[in-house]
Amino acid sequence: MKILVTMKRVADPDNANKVKISGDATQVTSEGLEWKPNPFDEYGVEAALRILEDGVGSGKLRGEVVVVTIGPEEVTQQIRQCLAMGADRGILVSGDDDKLDAMIVARTMAKLVEKEQPDLVIMGKQAVDGDSNQASQMLAEILGWPQATFAGHVEAPEDLSSLTVTREVDGGAAKVKVAFPAVLSVDLRIVTPTGVNNNVATGKDYQEGPRYASLRGIMKAKKKPIDKLTLDDLGVDQTLQVRTVSFTQPAARSAGVILETVQELVQKLQDEAKVL
Amino acid sequence: MGNVLIIAQIQDGEVKKATNSTVTFATEVASHIGGTYSILALGDDLSGQSEALAALGAQKVFLAQADGLDNALAERWAPIIEKVVVDGAFQMVVSPASSTGKDVLPRLAARLGAGMASEVVQVAFNDGKLNYTRPMYAGNVNGTVVIDTPIEILTIRPTEFEAFSPTGASPVEKIDVPQAPEILGKIEFLGFEKAESTRPDLAEAGVVVSGGRGLKSGENFKLIEDLADLLGGAVGATRAAVDAGYIHNDFQVGQTGKIVAPDLYFAVGLSGALQHVAGMKSSKVIVAINKDEEAPIFQVSDYGVVADLFKALPELLEEIKKVAK
Ligand SMILES: Cc1cc2nc3c(=O)[nH]c(=O)nc-3n(C[C@H](O)[C@H](O)[C@H](O)COP(=O)(O)OP(=O)(O)OC[C@H]3O[C@@H](n4cnc5c(N)ncnc54)[C@H](O)[C@@H]3O)c2cc1C
Repeated sequence: MKILVTMKRVADPDNANKVKISGDATQVTSEGLEWKPNPFDEYGVEAALRILEDGVGSGKLRGEVVVVTIGPEEVTQQIRQCLAMGADRGILVSGDDDKLDAMIVARTMAKLVEKEQPDLVIMGKQAVDGDSNQASQMLAEILGWPQATFAGHVEAPEDLSSLTVTREVDGGAAKVKVAFPAVLSVDLRIVTPTGVNNNVATGKDYQEGPRYASLRGIMKAKKKPIDKLTLDDLGVDQTLQVRTVSFTQPAARSAGVILETVQELVQKLQDEAKVL
Repeated sequence: MGNVLIIAQIQDGEVKKATNSTVTFATEVASHIGGTYSILALGDDLSGQSEALAALGAQKVFLAQADGLDNALAERWAPIIEKVVVDGAFQMVVSPASSTGKDVLPRLAARLGAGMASEVVQVAFNDGKLNYTRPMYAGNVNGTVVIDTPIEILTIRPTEFEAFSPTGASPVEKIDVPQAPEILGKIEFLGFEKAESTRPDLAEAGVVVSGGRGLKSGENFKLIEDLADLLGGAVGATRAAVDAGYIHNDFQVGQTGKIVAPDLYFAVGLSGALQHVAGMKSSKVIVAINKDEEAPIFQVSDYGVVADLFKALPELLEEIKKVAK
């Protein structure tokens, strides 16, 4: 079985409040912030490894995991991070975030799917910079594949013939069974200890969160192949459908008062804020 | 002139208030470029919702009714919406940024070759085009986008648009639902597990009481529930509280969970990570209770109490009961 996992690099999400807007309002800059794999995509890599592993954390995969990204040359660093976790190889399509929208990303992934013929594409449910949550659904439609979005739990039979997905939706959880080939978008809970059950790696739970790369993993990752392509090589239609005309900083909330007692709080809520 | 098709949000047999907010958005679009709005609802049987939908001032209400539509599979819904859009020559499709809206509309956009903007919070008109403002970077940047395709697809953030008050009665048309497409052979709906709650809907509640990792266990979450119940509010949580199993994931507030904007928000035993703040910073009044005076939540709260929640919450309950009398 072959799984394609998409990965975008983002400015350190835990410091997203430190990004700046250029003087002409046309650019978001993240100087001084570290680049990281989009967390949801990192969870996608972890999910792919857990689906294919023959034992909890064994690192032995019953198939191949390919990490694909669109970005500048420097994203090789984040691809290597994913390879160090245990993915097999990478594909870097050179591209500039300003010249992409979700549909171009989806079209690019569709071309890579044509080339790589995976059984499953796993994508993070959203990139935490653009926060759009569109690309996986668009890709599924372009390919004519089923989509199982916002997956908090997946279960695969031992022979990996299908996937039962628990989707985190408003009001509860929706369970669907998808046949391959399919597109899966993953939500936060996929990396809880029981987020993935492949009916092989039983008896033991995974650790919370995506795995840390071992030293051995990091060494091995250096020798793993990363193919480099361009959007033109793939013949991607690069017409933008959605253009950003400007960026602005939203008004910040200001800190209020610290009160000494709960009694004082109730009095303020009643007399000043008038919400009780 | 632009004619807008609104996709109604129906949950537990109820037309959600988010639909009314989407109507308000459509009226704002019409104020800029003229045109009308219609509403499309999809479900197994919508006879119970038809009247509420018809009261939303739409040009027309379309009902797509067929077995299995309640399951809201994107593969099933997208071609139905597409047909209504094409037949009615609609130039815009908009839905609340509900999980269904987020799941289905990008698939529809790809079918129609249309550009899409997610979680729009504001619409304006500049240089002959509609401009949509949407939060990015966990709400730390607002991006303003334009869409260059003949049909535009949007989800909007309901908390940012007043709920439209029902008026009059629109004509209702039951549409011929196209046959289920072949792709449904590749995806099977197995069931829905409801996150049981007797409290008001988190997204609509006037008061939200949220707890974080500081609660330390699912049992202790009862303290949060007691306060919510006393105030007739909803319960919320952080990712850490959900991941630790204290509460169902449906109650996560934040960048990647529910977006809420109640009149009163209590943040108890949670640090105020920017991913959490992204989901609640539009609340009118924010109260934080945290034992760490350095916790970032105090930077965004109107009233803070530095205290151990296990002492402060029972006291708060008593005090509120006193004044309620
Ligand atoms: C991709 C991604 C998406 C995310 N999306 C979300 C999201 O949508 N929503 C969300 O909430 N988080 C989200 N997070 C997680 C977020 O970054 C934080 O980890 C999380 O919000 C922290 O939860 P917390 O405040 O409950 O826990 P902590 O940060 O551990 O804070 C616990 C707080 O409780 C206080 N405390 C402890 N004991 C007591 C006591 N006895 N009395 C009073 N106070 C006490 C502590 O002082 C501390 O401030 C996301 C993270 C990632 C990577």
